[in-house]
Amino acid sequence: MIIHAIFFYLFAGITVASAVMVIAARNPVHSVLFLILAFVNAAGLFVLLGAEFLAMILIVVYVGAVAVLFLFVVMMLDVDFAELRQGFLNYLPVGALVGAVLLAELLVVVGAWAIGPDVAHAITAPIPPPSAINNTQALGLVLYTRYVYFFQAAGVILLVAMIGAIVLTLHHKPNVRRQNIAEQVARRRTSAIEVVKVKSGQGLS
Amino acid sequence: MDTAHLARLIPVLPEIVLGVGAAALLMLGVFQSGRPWRMVDYAAIALLAVAAIILVLLPAGKLTGFGGSFIVDDFARFLKILALLGSAAAIAMSLDYAEHVRQQRFEYSVLILLSTLGMMMLISAADLIALYLGLELMSLPLYVVAASHRDSLRSTEAGLKYFVLGALSSGMLLYGASLTYGFTGTVGFASIAHAAGQGGPAAIGLIFGIVFLFAGFCFKVSAVPFHMWTPDVYEGAPTPVTAFFAAAPKVAGIAMFVRVAVMAFPGITSEWQQIVVFVSIASMALGAFAAIGQRNIKRLMAYSSIGHMGFALIGLAAGTPEGVQGVLVYMAIYITMTLGVFAVILSMRRHSGMVESIDQLAGLARTHPATAFFLAMLLFSMAGIPPLAGFFAKFYVFLAAIKAGLYVLAVIGVLASVVGAYYYLAIVKTMYFDEPAEGFYNMPYELRVLLAICGLFNILFFVYPGPLVGVASAAAHSLF
Repeated sequence: MIIHAIFFYLFAGITVASAVMVIAARNPVHSVLFLILAFVNAAGLFVLLGAEFLAMILIVVYVGAVAVLFLFVVMMLDVDFAELRQGFLNYLPVGALVGAVLLAELLVVVGAWAIGPDVAHAITAPIPPPSAINNTQALGLVLYTRYVYFFQAAGVILLVAMIGAIVLTLHHKPNVRRQNIAEQVARRRTSAIEVVKVKSGQGLS
Repeated sequence: MDTAHLARLIPVLPEIVLGVGAAALLMLGVFQSGRPWRMVDYAAIALLAVAAIILVLLPAGKLTGFGGSFIVDDFARFLKILALLGSAAAIAMSLDYAEHVRQQRFEYSVLILLSTLGMMMLISAADLIALYLGLELMSLPLYVVAASHRDSLRSTEAGLKYFVLGALSSGMLLYGASLTYGFTGTVGFASIAHAAGQGGPAAIGLIFGIVFLFAGFCFKVSAVPFHMWTPDVYEGAPTPVTAFFAAAPKVAGIAMFVRVAVMAFPGITSEWQQIVVFVSIASMALGAFAAIGQRNIKRLMAYSSIGHMGFALIGLAAGTPEGVQGVLVYMAIYITMTLGVFAVILSMRRHSGMVESIDQLAGLARTHPATAFFLAMLLFSMAGIPPLAGFFAKFYVFLAAIKAGLYVLAVIGVLASVVGAYYYLAIVKTMYFDEPAEGFYNMPYELRVLLAICGLFNILFFVYPGPLVGVASAAAHSLF
């Protein structure tokens, strides 16, 4: 059990510290790298919870795809983050106040932590014991059956996101020359060159 | 797959038709060469009509699907029909505008179809996950169409502002949903009601959850503490998009507000009633006073819609079947008033381009007498002057509030509607008594039809209010 606790505090501590560094780092590339560190440690926390599927998904999707894409964007766009952060100190008191209020509210909620006795029995989809079934299988059993509606709805939302991105960014320019490889390959000698007999001394008119 | 399983999909049939149809129209638009938008626009309106017909033909009574997370009752039927009408009108209103500003894009109709699909899922949602997914599916296309004039700074600003604030409100709603789930152990509305209503005072965590959920709802219906985005987005977005924002999404937002309050938290009405009363009073007051100084008619409509949401929420504050009936009647009449007024705003066009200032309406009664007459009637209706429809809308919510003992709320509502009448009447005065400005182009055919339908509905509603009120009453009782 002591090893469990050590690893929990290790992962949790690094997650919080790297999350702080994400907003504190001066160089945006460093921010993204700290974000990746935070994701990896969060995945570690998931493993400790026995949710190995979520842990692996977090690594594959967030670290492997999203964060790397982030890195590309940060490197390609010439955004002056130092300038963006100039008003930071001005907004700090207001932000700190909002944060303090939220924290106080959270403490009130946690302090009054009284869950009804029946709540534990009323759980919609209880987690099966890990000895009976691993959680990849458990997710697979409900994702396409019981929760197929949510799965499809999430798919439609992604479709909308795709259409939206295209609508907002694709410009159809009228006078662009595009390469048509089939046309290039199908070109015959007759259509490409013209043999002209030029009488000597007259040149081409 | 045997047919017994397919039969279980019957309640979702209108949604399936809309979703598959939207995907088909997307393909049509992409692969059709030439000018695909006209065809896609008309097909989209037809698709909305087909969905409405299927919805009406569904078996009567309460249908559920997908393990109870999707529910079709009379409440859902009523509001879905309203949402479908609002969306169809929004597409029809965009036809001429898009041609005029050379912004014809078939994606507009497809996005509106998908947003409508989200609204229908939202209206039918019977658990928190379905609610959230429906809400996001409804909102995401709205952000895109708000920014659809990419070259206009105001349009992109409107889209970005709406997106950022919308993401914030989604976050609050999710936070509320997770607190609710944490303290009740379930996401289904019926089982939340069961867990929350078990004797004793509600857990403080659950109340926090309700507050955050309601904060998210208030944002979507632009009720007062969360209304700040409304005037800027309404002003910046292209006018047909603004007309769409003001109609169908408001219906879906109110639907989710009412359904969650009534279905999920019926045992602890006193806990959320005070929130709704506050939001309602604040919205009515702000809608009435802030609109007075507006010179831009789209901004004015934004404040007017904030005020109208306040009036509609009076019915919810009552928390009774009569109150919900009042909300439903209010939303039906609100949609006709708003769409009619926007039909006129869309026709405010001269050779120099679209105009949006109220002063440009000066003397409309002499240049376009019929348009001016209908607009005046719609504005009187919005002000709540009998015997127009808007009077009955307010009458039913005030009646429900008085029956529920909320006298202060009803009195403040009446006072707010008196203040609100001032700026509606100021527009009428501009149209009828000021020196005529240069006339507008003639109204396009589809806008004339829409204006005439909305205007006649508002004028003649008092002759035979029975059907709408009766259907709304049945719909309201299906929730309790």
